[in-house]
Amino acid sequence: MKISDELIRYLESLARIELTDEQRAACETDLQSILSYIDTLNELDTDSVQPLSHAFDVSNVMREDEIKNGNNRDAILANAPHELDGCFKVPKTVD
Amino acid sequence: MAYEMVIGLEVHTELATKTKIFCSCPTQFGGEPNTHVCEVCSGMPGTLPVLNKKVVEYAIRTGLATHCNITRLNKFDRKNYFYPDLPKAYQISQLYLPICTEGYVELTGGKKIRIKEIHMEEDAGKLLHDATPDGTLADYNRCGVPLLEIVSEPDFRSAEEVVDYIEKLRAILQFTGVSDCKMQEGSLRADINLSVREKGSDTLGVRTEMKNMNSLRAIARAINSEFERQAEILEDGGKVIQETRRWDDAKGESSGMRSKEDAQDYKYFPEPDLPPIVITDEQIEAIRAQMPELPEDKKRRYMEELGLPEYDTGILTGSVALVELFETVSELCGDAKTTSNFIMGDVMRLLKDAGKQPEEMDFDPAALATLIKLLNGKKISRQTARKVFEKVFSDHIDPEQYIKENKLEIVTDTGAIKPVVEKVIAANEKSVNEYKGGKTQALQYLIGQCMRELRGQAPAQEVTKMLRELLDN
Repeated sequence: MKISDELIRYLESLARIELTDEQRAACETDLQSILSYIDTLNELDTDSVQPLSHAFDVSNVMREDEIKNGNNRDAILANAPHELDGCFKVPKTVD
Repeated sequence: MAYEMVIGLEVHTELATKTKIFCSCPTQFGGEPNTHVCEVCSGMPGTLPVLNKKVVEYAIRTGLATHCNITRLNKFDRKNYFYPDLPKAYQISQLYLPICTEGYVELTGGKKIRIKEIHMEEDAGKLLHDATPDGTLADYNRCGVPLLEIVSEPDFRSAEEVVDYIEKLRAILQFTGVSDCKMQEGSLRADINLSVREKGSDTLGVRTEMKNMNSLRAIARAINSEFERQAEILEDGGKVIQETRRWDDAKGESSGMRSKEDAQDYKYFPEPDLPPIVITDEQIEAIRAQMPELPEDKKRRYMEELGLPEYDTGILTGSVALVELFETVSELCGDAKTTSNFIMGDVMRLLKDAGKQPEEMDFDPAALATLIKLLNGKKISRQTARKVFEKVFSDHIDPEQYIKENKLEIVTDTGAIKPVVEKVIAANEKSVNEYKGGKTQALQYLIGQCMRELRGQAPAQEVTKMLRELLDN
């Protein structure tokens, strides 16, 4: 897969970041090299291998449906840059 | 040219668990903003989700009740997007291995709507856009409340089918105890995907989506309006644009929402913070064995064992509240048929007049059972039963006491009727003479006078008999 300048800009917008031209060029080289490494992996025949769904061989880690948390509002809002009326305040969004 | 609509539905339902899907915060509706929030559901760095067992159980119940296959190896996936209703900047959902697949819901009349899949996911928080002019406020109480997304195939051809499906699905979810389905609280909401094509064609047209519809009336209106809009575009030789539209129920029209600059790209990938969920056959059978009787089975039983009409059983089994009322009252009074008639007639009418849902009924079922017993014992007339029930329904009165205080009991004692009839005869000499002279209509007038004296609480037959006896001799 070819990493184009257009693709880099698309990834920037998805990640909500803005790169300088210099960073963009570096990113292009790095991503190209990462993807060609992945292409090497793709040469392996994995047809008979189950896809790995989790790094550890564990399953069914679950909890009972019991309320344990009370009202933590003050602690939860302690790090909010802006708050109002018990809510997090964020820049105006229009959906 | 004749057109038809093709609709697929995504129904989101909030589960009736006590706690959220990935943390032990309460799911209770309402509450002061951000009082049901912890470090996990507010997306603090370094926290880890742990799945609520009950969510898996409820998802399996729903799958079994809708004839789905249950996926044995389940995993979760991350759906990434930046929007402040989700503080983690991703929603944990299921894309690749949803817990239920390939089921159906049967509509009234037998048509089957296929269910493509049901997956587990977390709800987002609530944003308040108008609370302050210079920002948006975020309340994360709802963030992390467990949801099932039930995705249908595009099998609907009318608004009526969609409404019927949602009602059937709601009944299933309520009967299985999976969700309370309060549409007004947003615990059941539907996304409508609608396209239009020439009738008889087997290709699909370009579809639009209307999201988060939460009233059946609005859904029906929105569907019919969108069908007309698209059909008109096609009729004029135009092209429908694929977009999300917002339905304004007050205006009765929809408008296109500003299309995002880029098409949505959620960059799904397997959720690394949650290990897979393996479901065994034993587990599924254990849940199946505990399943309560489903609406379609109840309906069949009511028809076959109790001899109720199909239409009535359809209404009764459409809501848990009506079924509970019906079963409690008919057990107490021992007359299923009259109970059903009372619910179909009086209860439904009073609900409609009050603009209430069956779930909002708050009268004592025992009071209704008492009225039916009095009615069957010929102690009160049908009319009295109806009037007293109105008081039971709205003011929670004690029916027996009310009937006694207002002297509403039927006067069956002929000894009590006779003096009234004699009094009427004495006071209406003119009519009596007319009757004796051969004018039979005069008798009707006299009957009316007697019934008025008896406040309608005597069988007209008895009164007529008594009048005739006294006049003819």
